[in-house]
Amino acid sequence: MSSFPDDLKYAATHEWVRVETDGTVIMGISDHAQELLGDIVFIELPEEGTEVTAEQEMSVVESVKAASDIYAPITGTIVEVNKALLDAPETVNGSPYDEGWFCRIQPKNAADIDALLDADAYAKICE
Amino acid sequence: MGLRTPLYQKHVDAGAKLVDFGGWDMPIQYKSLMEEHHAVRQHAGVFDVSHMTVVDIDGADATRWLRYLLANDVQKLDEVGRALYTGMLNDNGGVVDDLIVYRRAQGYRLVVNCGTREKDLSWMNSKAQGYDVSITERPDLAILAIHGPESISKVCALLAPELAEKVQALGNFRSLENEQWFIARTGYTGERGLELIIPNEDAPALWDSLIAADILPIGLGARDTLRLEAGMNLYGHDMDEDTSPIAANMEQTIAWEPADRQFIGRPAVEQHKIDLAAGKLPILTGIVLEERGVLREGLRVVCEVNAVEKEGIITSGTFSPTLKHSIALARIPAGSVNCRVDLRGKLIPVRIVKPNFVRFGKKIFD
Repeated sequence: MSSFPDDLKYAATHEWVRVETDGTVIMGISDHAQELLGDIVFIELPEEGTEVTAEQEMSVVESVKAASDIYAPITGTIVEVNKALLDAPETVNGSPYDEGWFCRIQPKNAADIDALLDADAYAKICE
Repeated sequence: MGLRTPLYQKHVDAGAKLVDFGGWDMPIQYKSLMEEHHAVRQHAGVFDVSHMTVVDIDGADATRWLRYLLANDVQKLDEVGRALYTGMLNDNGGVVDDLIVYRRAQGYRLVVNCGTREKDLSWMNSKAQGYDVSITERPDLAILAIHGPESISKVCALLAPELAEKVQALGNFRSLENEQWFIARTGYTGERGLELIIPNEDAPALWDSLIAADILPIGLGARDTLRLEAGMNLYGHDMDEDTSPIAANMEQTIAWEPADRQFIGRPAVEQHKIDLAAGKLPILTGIVLEERGVLREGLRVVCEVNAVEKEGIITSGTFSPTLKHSIALARIPAGSVNCRVDLRGKLIPVRIVKPNFVRFGKKIFD
Protein backbone atom coordinates (compact mmCIF):
# COMPACT_ATOMS: atom_id res chain seq x y z
CA MET A 1 0.00 0.00 0.00
CA SER A 2 1.45 3.37 -1.01
CA SER A 3 1.78 6.16 1.53
CA PHE A 4 0.55 9.74 0.96
CA PRO A 5 1.85 12.01 3.74
CA ASP A 6 -0.63 14.76 4.65
CA ASP A 7 1.95 17.54 4.93
CA LEU A 8 2.85 17.34 1.23
CA LYS A 9 1.21 18.58 -1.96
CA TYR A 10 1.15 16.47 -5.10
CA ALA A 11 1.04 16.82 -8.87
CA ALA A 12 -1.19 14.48 -10.88
CA THR A 13 2.03 13.38 -12.65
CA HIS A 14 3.20 11.83 -9.30
CA GLU A 15 5.63 14.43 -7.98
CA TRP A 16 5.38 15.74 -4.41
CA VAL A 17 6.45 19.09 -2.93
CA ARG A 18 7.14 20.24 0.62
CA VAL A 19 7.23 23.97 1.40
CA GLU A 20 10.21 24.82 3.63
CA THR A 21 10.28 27.62 6.22
CA ASP A 22 12.51 29.73 3.96
CA GLY A 23 9.90 29.64 1.21
CA THR A 24 11.80 27.21 -1.04
CA VAL A 25 10.17 23.98 -2.11
CA ILE A 26 11.62 20.46 -1.92
CA MET A 27 10.33 18.03 -4.55
CA GLY A 28 10.57 14.35 -5.32
CA ILE A 29 8.43 11.51 -6.68
CA SER A 30 5.66 9.80 -4.73
CA ASP A 31 5.74 6.40 -3.10
CA HIS A 32 3.12 5.32 -5.64
CA ALA A 33 5.39 6.45 -8.49
CA GLN A 34 8.42 4.56 -7.19
CA GLU A 35 6.27 1.45 -6.78
CA LEU A 36 5.08 1.69 -10.37
CA LEU A 37 8.61 2.22 -11.67
CA GLY A 38 10.17 -0.60 -9.68
CA ASP A 39 13.92 -0.70 -9.04
CA ILE A 40 15.36 2.67 -10.06
CA VAL A 41 18.83 2.47 -11.64
CA PHE A 42 19.58 5.94 -13.01
CA ILE A 43 18.33 9.44 -12.26
CA GLU A 44 19.10 12.49 -14.39
CA LEU A 45 18.76 15.69 -12.42
CA PRO A 46 18.62 19.28 -13.71
CA GLU A 47 21.60 21.52 -12.99
CA GLU A 48 21.47 24.06 -10.21
CA GLY A 49 20.39 27.42 -11.59
CA THR A 50 18.11 25.89 -14.24
CA GLU A 51 14.70 27.47 -14.68
CA VAL A 52 11.92 24.91 -14.72
CA THR A 53 8.31 25.34 -15.78
CA ALA A 54 5.32 23.70 -14.15
CA GLU A 55 4.17 20.57 -16.02
CA GLN A 56 7.30 20.56 -18.22
CA GLU A 57 9.90 17.78 -18.16
CA MET A 58 12.73 18.46 -15.73
CA SER A 59 14.32 15.08 -15.10
CA VAL A 60 14.37 11.44 -16.23
CA VAL A 61 14.19 8.36 -14.04
CA GLU A 62 15.21 4.99 -15.44
CA SER A 63 14.14 1.81 -13.71
CA VAL A 64 15.00 -1.71 -14.81
CA LYS A 65 11.63 -1.80 -16.58
CA ALA A 66 11.17 1.67 -18.09
CA ALA A 67 12.32 5.26 -18.55
CA SER A 68 9.99 7.93 -17.19
CA ASP A 69 9.95 11.69 -17.51
CA ILE A 70 9.59 13.64 -14.30
CA TYR A 71 7.71 16.94 -14.56
CA ALA A 72 8.33 20.13 -12.64
CA PRO A 73 5.44 20.48 -10.17
CA ILE A 74 5.84 24.28 -10.10
CA THR A 75 7.63 27.02 -12.04
CA GLY A 76 10.86 28.29 -10.49
CA THR A 77 14.64 28.00 -10.28
CA ILE A 78 16.54 24.91 -9.17
CA VAL A 79 18.64 26.01 -6.20
CA GLU A 80 19.91 22.62 -5.01
CA VAL A 81 19.87 19.03 -6.27
CA ASN A 82 20.26 15.82 -4.30
CA LYS A 83 23.53 14.64 -5.85
CA ALA A 84 23.54 11.53 -3.66
CA LEU A 85 20.90 10.10 -6.00
CA LEU A 86 23.35 9.98 -8.90
CA ASP A 87 25.30 7.18 -7.23
CA ALA A 88 22.47 5.74 -5.15
CA PRO A 89 19.26 6.05 -7.19
CA GLU A 90 17.71 3.15 -5.25
CA THR A 91 17.37 5.60 -2.33
CA VAL A 92 14.18 6.78 -4.06
CA ASN A 93 12.67 3.29 -3.78
CA GLY A 94 13.47 3.05 -0.09
CA SER A 95 12.73 6.63 1.00
CA PRO A 96 10.78 8.57 -1.62
CA TYR A 97 9.72 11.39 0.76
CA ASP A 98 12.94 11.92 2.73
CA GLU A 99 16.40 10.83 1.59
CA GLY A 100 15.06 10.32 -1.93
CA TRP A 101 14.22 14.00 -2.54
CA PHE A 102 15.20 15.29 -6.00
CA CYS A 103 15.77 19.02 -5.77
CA ARG A 104 15.00 22.30 -4.09
CA ILE A 105 13.15 24.91 -6.13
CA GLN A 106 12.81 28.66 -5.52
CA PRO A 107 9.19 29.14 -6.65
CA LYS A 108 8.27 31.93 -9.02
CA ASN A 109 4.62 32.07 -7.94
CA ALA A 110 3.31 30.85 -4.59
CA ALA A 111 -0.02 30.25 -6.33
CA ASP A 112 1.52 27.27 -8.18
CA ILE A 113 1.74 25.43 -4.88
CA ASP A 114 -1.88 26.09 -3.97
CA ALA A 115 -2.95 24.65 -7.31
CA LEU A 116 -1.44 21.24 -6.45
CA LEU A 117 -3.42 18.34 -4.99
CA ASP A 118 -3.67 17.53 -1.31
CA ALA A 119 -2.94 14.00 -0.08
CA ASP A 120 -6.56 12.81 -0.26
CA ALA A 121 -7.11 14.10 -3.78
CA TYR A 122 -3.83 12.58 -4.97
CA ALA A 123 -4.55 9.24 -3.28
CA LYS A 124 -7.85 9.11 -5.20
CA ILE A 125 -6.19 9.39 -8.59
CA CYS A 126 -3.79 6.59 -7.61
CA GLU A 127 -6.61 4.14 -6.90
CA MET B 1 -9.69 -12.67 -15.55
CA GLY B 2 -6.93 -14.53 -17.31
CA LEU B 3 -5.88 -18.16 -17.20
CA ARG B 4 -4.37 -19.24 -13.90
CA THR B 5 -1.67 -21.73 -13.09
CA PRO B 6 -2.15 -24.07 -10.10
CA LEU B 7 0.14 -21.68 -8.20
CA TYR B 8 -1.96 -18.55 -8.77
CA GLN B 9 -3.11 -18.36 -5.14
CA LYS B 10 0.49 -18.81 -3.93
CA HIS B 11 1.52 -15.75 -5.95
CA VAL B 12 -1.36 -13.69 -4.58
CA ASP B 13 -0.53 -14.77 -1.02
CA ALA B 14 3.13 -13.86 -1.55
CA GLY B 15 2.10 -10.33 -2.54
CA ALA B 16 3.12 -10.65 -6.19
CA LYS B 17 2.28 -7.99 -8.72
CA LEU B 18 0.29 -9.92 -11.33
CA VAL B 19 0.14 -8.99 -15.01
CA ASP B 20 -1.40 -10.45 -18.13
CA PHE B 21 1.18 -12.54 -19.96
CA GLY B 22 -0.10 -14.25 -23.10
CA GLY B 23 -3.56 -14.55 -21.56
CA TRP B 24 -2.29 -15.78 -18.19
CA ASP B 25 -2.30 -13.93 -14.87
CA MET B 26 1.39 -14.23 -14.00
CA PRO B 27 3.64 -12.71 -11.32
CA ILE B 28 5.88 -10.02 -12.82
CA GLN B 29 7.62 -9.48 -9.49
CA TYR B 30 7.10 -10.22 -5.82
CA LYS B 31 8.98 -7.57 -3.84
CA SER B 32 11.94 -6.39 -5.90
CA LEU B 33 13.05 -7.47 -9.35
CA MET B 34 16.64 -6.63 -8.37
CA GLU B 35 16.59 -8.80 -5.24
CA GLU B 36 14.99 -11.64 -7.18
CA HIS B 37 17.63 -11.38 -9.90
CA HIS B 38 20.51 -11.47 -7.40
CA ALA B 39 18.92 -14.38 -5.52
CA VAL B 40 19.15 -16.51 -8.68
CA ARG B 41 22.73 -15.43 -9.47
CA GLN B 42 23.93 -15.95 -5.89
CA HIS B 43 21.64 -18.51 -4.22
CA ALA B 44 18.46 -20.02 -5.63
CA GLY B 45 15.08 -18.94 -6.93
CA VAL B 46 11.91 -20.64 -8.16
CA PHE B 47 9.84 -19.56 -11.15
CA ASP B 48 6.31 -20.71 -11.94
CA VAL B 49 6.45 -21.24 -15.70
CA SER B 50 3.34 -23.40 -15.89
CA HIS B 51 1.97 -21.05 -18.55
CA MET B 52 4.39 -22.65 -21.01
CA THR B 53 2.96 -25.35 -23.23
CA VAL B 54 4.03 -28.98 -22.86
CA VAL B 55 3.39 -31.15 -25.91
CA ASP B 56 4.09 -34.89 -25.97
CA ILE B 57 4.90 -36.53 -29.28
CA ASP B 58 4.37 -40.25 -29.63
CA GLY B 59 3.80 -42.79 -32.38
CA ALA B 60 5.89 -44.98 -34.66
CA ASP B 61 7.01 -41.99 -36.78
CA ALA B 62 7.78 -39.59 -33.91
CA THR B 63 11.51 -39.46 -34.65
CA ARG B 64 11.11 -39.27 -38.42
CA TRP B 65 8.49 -36.51 -38.09
CA LEU B 66 10.51 -34.37 -35.63
CA ARG B 67 13.52 -34.65 -37.94
CA TYR B 68 11.28 -33.03 -40.58
CA LEU B 69 9.59 -30.50 -38.26
CA LEU B 70 12.62 -29.13 -36.38
CA ALA B 71 15.79 -27.42 -37.59
CA ASN B 72 17.91 -29.24 -35.03
CA ASP B 73 18.12 -33.02 -35.34
CA VAL B 74 16.53 -35.24 -32.66
CA GLN B 75 18.73 -38.05 -34.00
CA LYS B 76 21.48 -36.41 -31.91
CA LEU B 77 19.58 -37.45 -28.77
CA ASP B 78 21.45 -40.71 -28.41
CA GLU B 79 20.22 -41.46 -24.88
CA VAL B 80 16.83 -41.36 -23.19
CA GLY B 81 16.49 -38.07 -21.30
CA ARG B 82 18.79 -36.00 -23.52
CA ALA B 83 17.43 -32.65 -24.68
CA LEU B 84 18.18 -30.05 -27.31
CA TYR B 85 17.16 -26.49 -28.12
CA THR B 86 15.84 -25.82 -31.61
CA GLY B 87 13.83 -23.59 -33.85
CA MET B 88 10.70 -24.79 -35.61
CA LEU B 89 10.88 -23.02 -38.97
CA ASN B 90 8.42 -22.12 -41.69
CA ASP B 91 9.06 -22.57 -45.41
CA ASN B 92 10.67 -19.12 -45.64
CA GLY B 93 13.12 -20.03 -42.91
CA GLY B 94 11.39 -17.81 -40.35
CA VAL B 95 11.03 -18.99 -36.77
CA VAL B 96 7.52 -20.31 -35.95
CA ASP B 97 8.75 -20.87 -32.40
CA ASP B 98 11.80 -21.89 -30.41
CA LEU B 99 11.51 -24.86 -28.09
CA ILE B 100 13.23 -27.58 -26.12
CA VAL B 101 12.73 -31.20 -27.08
CA TYR B 102 13.46 -34.03 -24.64
CA ARG B 103 13.82 -37.64 -25.65
CA ARG B 104 11.73 -39.93 -23.45
CA ALA B 105 11.77 -43.70 -23.03
CA GLN B 106 9.00 -43.64 -25.60
CA GLY B 107 8.44 -40.59 -27.72
CA TYR B 108 9.45 -37.01 -27.02
CA ARG B 109 8.38 -34.06 -24.89
CA LEU B 110 8.38 -30.53 -26.31
CA VAL B 111 8.12 -27.33 -24.27
CA VAL B 112 7.01 -24.40 -26.43
CA ASN B 113 6.16 -20.77 -25.66
CA CYS B 114 2.83 -19.78 -24.16
CA GLY B 115 2.18 -16.87 -26.53
CA THR B 116 2.54 -19.12 -29.58
CA ARG B 117 0.57 -22.09 -28.24
CA GLU B 118 -2.32 -22.09 -30.70
CA LYS B 119 -0.18 -21.27 -33.69
CA ASP B 120 2.34 -24.00 -32.77
CA LEU B 121 -0.29 -26.68 -32.28
CA SER B 122 -2.03 -25.91 -35.55
CA TRP B 123 1.33 -25.75 -37.35
CA MET B 124 2.34 -29.13 -35.94
CA ASN B 125 -1.00 -30.71 -36.77
CA SER B 126 -0.90 -29.33 -40.32
CA LYS B 127 2.55 -30.87 -40.84
CA ALA B 128 1.68 -34.29 -39.42
CA GLN B 129 -0.27 -35.64 -42.37
CA GLY B 130 1.16 -38.91 -43.58
CA TYR B 131 3.05 -39.52 -40.33
CA ASP B 132 2.05 -41.96 -37.61
CA VAL B 133 2.34 -39.46 -34.74
CA SER B 134 0.16 -38.27 -31.91
CA ILE B 135 0.48 -34.67 -30.70
CA THR B 136 -0.83 -34.33 -27.16
CA GLU B 137 -0.93 -31.09 -25.23
CA ARG B 138 -0.47 -31.56 -21.47
CA PRO B 139 -2.42 -28.83 -19.63
CA ASP B 140 -2.49 -31.21 -16.65
CA LEU B 141 1.19 -30.47 -15.99
CA ALA B 142 2.79 -27.57 -14.12
CA ILE B 143 6.38 -26.40 -14.61
CA LEU B 144 8.57 -25.08 -11.81
CA ALA B 145 12.04 -23.85 -12.70
CA ILE B 146 14.54 -23.72 -9.83
CA HIS B 147 17.77 -21.96 -10.70
CA GLY B 148 20.88 -20.64 -9.03
CA PRO B 149 24.13 -22.03 -7.62
CA GLU B 150 22.33 -23.60 -4.64
CA SER B 151 19.25 -24.74 -6.55
CA ILE B 152 20.12 -28.36 -7.27
CA SER B 153 21.30 -29.18 -3.78
CA LYS B 154 18.25 -27.48 -2.25
CA VAL B 155 15.85 -29.41 -4.49
CA CYS B 156 17.69 -32.68 -3.89
CA ALA B 157 17.37 -32.19 -0.13
CA LEU B 158 13.59 -32.45 -0.62
CA LEU B 159 13.71 -35.65 -2.68
CA ALA B 160 13.99 -39.29 -1.62
CA PRO B 161 17.72 -40.16 -1.30
CA GLU B 162 17.89 -42.52 -4.29
CA LEU B 163 16.11 -40.02 -6.55
CA ALA B 164 18.24 -37.15 -5.24
CA GLU B 165 21.37 -39.07 -6.16
CA LYS B 166 20.16 -39.48 -9.75
CA VAL B 167 19.21 -35.80 -10.01
CA GLN B 168 22.62 -34.72 -8.64
CA ALA B 169 24.24 -36.81 -11.36
CA LEU B 170 22.20 -35.30 -14.23
CA GLY B 171 24.30 -33.54 -16.83
CA ASN B 172 23.28 -30.29 -18.49
CA PHE B 173 20.45 -30.82 -21.01
CA ARG B 174 19.61 -34.20 -19.45
CA SER B 175 16.35 -35.26 -17.84
CA LEU B 176 14.89 -38.19 -15.96
CA GLU B 177 11.42 -39.37 -15.07
CA ASN B 178 10.32 -40.73 -11.74
CA GLU B 179 6.69 -41.84 -11.71
CA GLN B 180 4.73 -38.68 -12.65
CA TRP B 181 7.65 -36.27 -12.17
CA PHE B 182 9.83 -35.15 -15.06
CA ILE B 183 13.07 -33.52 -13.86
CA ALA B 184 15.37 -31.75 -16.32
CA ARG B 185 18.69 -29.87 -16.14
CA THR B 186 17.48 -27.09 -18.43
CA GLY B 187 16.58 -23.45 -17.96
CA TYR B 188 16.64 -19.86 -19.08
CA THR B 189 18.92 -18.01 -16.66
CA GLY B 190 22.57 -18.87 -17.33
CA GLU B 191 22.78 -20.59 -13.94
CA ARG B 192 22.71 -24.25 -12.96
CA GLY B 193 19.24 -25.45 -12.23
CA LEU B 194 16.31 -27.74 -12.80
CA GLU B 195 12.94 -27.65 -14.47
CA LEU B 196 10.35 -29.86 -12.80
CA ILE B 197 7.37 -30.81 -14.93
CA ILE B 198 4.85 -32.29 -12.52
CA PRO B 199 1.10 -32.92 -12.18
CA ASN B 200 -0.83 -29.71 -11.43
CA GLU B 201 -2.08 -31.14 -8.14
CA ASP B 202 1.51 -31.67 -6.89
CA ALA B 203 2.57 -28.08 -7.62
CA PRO B 204 1.26 -26.16 -4.55
CA ALA B 205 2.87 -28.53 -2.02
CA LEU B 206 6.16 -28.53 -3.91
CA TRP B 207 6.07 -24.73 -4.10
CA ASP B 208 5.56 -24.53 -0.32
CA SER B 209 8.46 -26.85 0.42
CA LEU B 210 10.75 -24.91 -1.95
CA ILE B 211 9.85 -21.62 -0.27
CA ALA B 212 10.38 -23.25 3.14
CA ALA B 213 13.87 -24.26 1.92
CA ASP B 214 14.71 -20.54 1.50
CA ILE B 215 14.31 -20.52 -2.27
CA LEU B 216 13.00 -17.10 -3.28
CA PRO B 217 10.00 -16.84 -5.65
CA ILE B 218 11.06 -15.05 -8.85
CA GLY B 219 8.76 -13.13 -11.19
CA LEU B 220 8.81 -12.81 -14.95
CA GLY B 221 10.59 -9.44 -14.65
CA ALA B 222 13.75 -11.02 -13.26
CA ARG B 223 13.33 -13.97 -15.61
CA ASP B 224 13.75 -11.48 -18.45
CA THR B 225 16.84 -9.74 -17.00
CA LEU B 226 18.41 -13.13 -16.23
CA ARG B 227 17.84 -14.57 -19.71
CA LEU B 228 19.09 -11.40 -21.36
CA GLU B 229 22.29 -11.42 -19.27
CA ALA B 230 22.68 -15.03 -20.40
CA GLY B 231 22.27 -13.88 -24.02
CA MET B 232 19.22 -16.06 -24.61
CA ASN B 233 16.66 -15.03 -27.21
CA LEU B 234 13.06 -14.22 -26.38
CA TYR B 235 10.55 -15.27 -29.01
CA GLY B 236 8.59 -12.37 -30.53
CA HIS B 237 11.36 -9.93 -29.60
CA ASP B 238 14.72 -11.26 -30.76
CA MET B 239 13.23 -13.46 -33.46
CA ASP B 240 9.88 -14.27 -35.02
CA GLU B 241 8.28 -15.70 -38.14
CA ASP B 242 9.94 -13.08 -40.31
CA THR B 243 13.42 -13.57 -38.87
CA SER B 244 15.86 -16.21 -40.03
CA PRO B 245 17.58 -18.15 -37.24
CA ILE B 246 20.78 -17.19 -39.08
CA ALA B 247 19.99 -13.54 -38.31
CA ALA B 248 19.06 -14.41 -34.73
CA ASN B 249 22.31 -15.95 -33.52
CA MET B 250 20.71 -19.42 -33.75
CA GLU B 251 22.89 -21.01 -36.41
CA GLN B 252 24.27 -23.45 -33.83
CA THR B 253 20.76 -24.81 -33.36
CA ILE B 254 20.48 -25.92 -36.98
CA ALA B 255 21.78 -29.41 -37.74
CA TRP B 256 23.14 -29.19 -41.31
CA GLU B 257 24.34 -32.79 -41.31
CA PRO B 258 23.25 -35.18 -42.62
CA ALA B 259 22.88 -33.09 -45.75
CA ASP B 260 19.97 -35.17 -47.02
CA ARG B 261 17.72 -34.51 -44.01
CA GLN B 262 14.94 -32.36 -45.44
CA PHE B 263 13.61 -30.30 -42.52
CA ILE B 264 11.05 -27.55 -43.05
CA GLY B 265 12.77 -24.32 -44.07
CA ARG B 266 16.05 -25.98 -45.03
CA PRO B 267 16.40 -24.48 -48.54
CA ALA B 268 15.61 -21.02 -47.17
CA VAL B 269 18.11 -21.10 -44.31
CA GLU B 270 20.81 -22.55 -46.59
CA GLN B 271 20.35 -19.44 -48.72
CA HIS B 272 20.40 -17.24 -45.58
CA LYS B 273 23.75 -18.74 -44.66
CA ILE B 274 25.14 -17.74 -48.06
CA ASP B 275 23.57 -14.28 -47.66
CA LEU B 276 25.17 -13.87 -44.25
CA ALA B 277 28.60 -14.76 -45.60
CA ALA B 278 28.06 -12.14 -48.32
CA GLY B 279 27.11 -9.53 -45.73
CA LYS B 280 23.53 -9.39 -47.01
CA LEU B 281 21.86 -10.60 -43.82
CA PRO B 282 21.90 -8.67 -40.52
CA ILE B 283 23.30 -10.23 -37.39
CA LEU B 284 22.01 -10.39 -33.82
CA THR B 285 24.75 -9.13 -31.56
CA GLY B 286 25.31 -8.03 -28.00
CA ILE B 287 25.79 -4.36 -27.20
CA VAL B 288 26.79 -2.75 -23.94
CA LEU B 289 26.51 0.79 -22.64
CA GLU B 290 28.94 1.25 -19.79
CA GLU B 291 27.87 4.83 -19.07
CA ARG B 292 24.59 5.99 -17.57
CA GLY B 293 21.38 5.18 -19.41
CA VAL B 294 19.38 2.11 -20.33
CA LEU B 295 19.11 0.48 -23.76
CA ARG B 296 15.51 -0.47 -24.51
CA GLU B 297 13.78 -2.64 -27.09
CA GLY B 298 12.92 -0.72 -30.26
CA LEU B 299 15.65 1.93 -29.96
CA ARG B 300 17.46 2.79 -33.19
CA VAL B 301 21.10 1.80 -33.62
CA VAL B 302 23.10 3.97 -36.03
CA CYS B 303 26.29 2.40 -37.39
CA GLU B 304 28.66 2.44 -40.33
CA VAL B 305 29.34 -0.25 -42.91
CA ASN B 306 32.21 0.61 -45.26
CA ALA B 307 31.87 4.27 -44.24
CA VAL B 308 28.17 4.31 -45.18
CA GLU B 309 25.67 5.07 -42.43
CA LYS B 310 23.23 2.20 -41.75
CA GLU B 311 20.63 1.42 -39.12
CA GLY B 312 19.82 -1.45 -36.82
CA ILE B 313 17.44 -1.92 -33.91
CA ILE B 314 17.56 -3.11 -30.32
CA THR B 315 15.47 -6.26 -29.99
CA SER B 316 15.81 -6.65 -26.19
CA GLY B 317 17.41 -4.28 -23.72
CA THR B 318 17.68 -3.82 -19.99
CA PHE B 319 19.78 -2.64 -17.11
CA SER B 320 21.91 -5.60 -16.06
CA PRO B 321 21.64 -6.05 -12.29
CA THR B 322 24.81 -8.20 -12.27
CA LEU B 323 26.97 -5.87 -14.38
CA LYS B 324 25.43 -2.58 -13.11
CA HIS B 325 25.16 -1.15 -16.60
CA SER B 326 22.91 -1.61 -19.58
CA ILE B 327 23.06 -4.52 -22.01
CA ALA B 328 21.03 -5.34 -25.10
CA LEU B 329 20.60 -7.60 -28.07
CA ALA B 330 20.49 -5.68 -31.35
CA ARG B 331 19.99 -6.64 -34.96
CA ILE B 332 22.50 -4.66 -37.03
CA PRO B 333 23.97 -4.92 -40.52
CA ALA B 334 26.91 -7.34 -40.80
CA GLY B 335 30.26 -5.56 -40.62
CA SER B 336 28.94 -2.60 -38.62
CA VAL B 337 31.38 -0.33 -36.82
CA ASN B 338 31.01 2.90 -34.83
CA CYS B 339 27.62 1.91 -33.42
CA ARG B 340 25.59 4.49 -31.52
CA VAL B 341 22.15 4.20 -29.95
CA ASP B 342 19.55 6.94 -30.21
CA LEU B 343 18.76 7.67 -26.56
CA ARG B 344 16.14 10.42 -26.48
CA GLY B 345 17.58 12.12 -29.53
CA LYS B 346 21.25 11.82 -28.55
CA LEU B 347 23.50 9.30 -30.32
CA ILE B 348 25.38 7.49 -27.54
CA PRO B 349 28.31 5.22 -28.51
CA VAL B 350 27.90 1.56 -27.51
CA ARG B 351 30.28 -1.38 -27.59
CA ILE B 352 29.59 -4.47 -29.72
CA VAL B 353 30.22 -7.73 -27.86
CA LYS B 354 29.34 -11.39 -28.22
CA PRO B 355 25.70 -11.87 -27.25
CA ASN B 356 26.54 -13.59 -23.95
CA PHE B 357 27.00 -11.34 -20.98
CA VAL B 358 26.84 -13.39 -17.77
CA ARG B 359 27.31 -17.10 -16.98
CA PHE B 360 27.36 -18.62 -13.52
CA GLY B 361 27.22 -15.22 -11.88
CA LYS B 362 30.22 -13.78 -13.76
CA LYS B 363 30.79 -11.39 -16.64
CA ILE B 364 31.95 -13.36 -19.69
CA PHE B 365 32.62 -10.81 -22.44
CA ASP B 366 35.78 -8.73 -22.92
